[in-house]
Amino acid sequence: MINSFITFTKNPKKDTVLKLFLKTDTQFLIKKILEEKLDVFKVKYNLINNNEILFLETIDTETYNRITSVLNEYGFEIIENQKNIIVQKIKECIIEMIFNDEAPAVKSSVYLADKLNHSYGYLSNIFSEVTYTSIENFIIIQKIEYVKKLIIHHDLTLTEIAFKLNYSSVAHLSSQFKNTTGITPSAFQRILKKRVQINNQNIN
Amino acid sequence: MQKDFILITLADDDEDDRMFFTEAFDELKINTIVNTVNDGVALMNFLQAPETILPNIIFLDLNMPLKSGIECLKEIKSNTRFNDIVIAIYSTSSSEDDIENTFVLGANIYIKKPNNFGKLKEVLSEVVTLNWQYITSGLNKDNFLLRL
Repeated sequence: MINSFITFTKNPKKDTVLKLFLKTDTQFLIKKILEEKLDVFKVKYNLINNNEILFLETIDTETYNRITSVLNEYGFEIIENQKNIIVQKIKECIIEMIFNDEAPAVKSSVYLADKLNHSYGYLSNIFSEVTYTSIENFIIIQKIEYVKKLIIHHDLTLTEIAFKLNYSSVAHLSSQFKNTTGITPSAFQRILKKRVQINNQNIN
Repeated sequence: MQKDFILITLADDDEDDRMFFTEAFDELKINTIVNTVNDGVALMNFLQAPETILPNIIFLDLNMPLKSGIECLKEIKSNTRFNDIVIAIYSTSSSEDDIENTFVLGANIYIKKPNNFGKLKEVLSEVVTLNWQYITSGLNKDNFLLRL
């Protein structure tokens, strides 16, 4: 904590000089300013040690920008996490890889390392640290999500989907689906169809 | 390190179960903030209170007095305010019909209650980690089905 002594000189009457010695508590000031500025936005948040703001609800981009500019005005700088930026790039790369019909001719580890100019070990360490899951697992999750989309919206058969996503066989696709979600692709399809039926009944 | 965390509400009438779950959550890699309610009525009151910050996941015991897990599930699903909440049902029942029925009614996760603490931790870790990917990677929650 830094205590700064501010000397205030005031001159209420011509002949007397009043001098006030002030002691400030910077931590208190920081807290007060942050609270005052943040309360205006009517969002729920927690202050942690006066150097982290934890928002308890989603902040849209516009509000985020307004908050950063207000805080900047008071000398607060927002340190964005470098690691998050790399993780975001890895995710984008993976999604591009899966949704692209032309599968890359190399293994995904080589592809990512090449594309992002870092060693795969480095990428995979950061990825696990930030997302709590591995790159391999994330690729599977994304692929299975894509399979779900294809099942629901395109009425493709599993054979067609397996071919489209470069699975070696339908059995491989089916078992990966079951391992990831705990249910079979056909049960998934049946459940989603029933949900739609129920929703339609409620509307009519 | 960033401070990620997941808000969890646990509805269970059994005190021991509540304790096991809360302890298991404490030991996960992802930070969780857990609050517990003792029955279905308390759960709905909690969710409907205007000052409540809605949880990311609700863990719902199927068999509860006053209001069952299924009734809560139906009520939650019929209110658009709760659209973003992931519902995890857990029960000792493993009847295929029960399980499929809860999914059809809108549950995202069905957990067969594990009988030891280590397994419970494993299961909860899987749920929370996968849910985290849905939150952070913009995946479609309507397609989020998981059975453990």
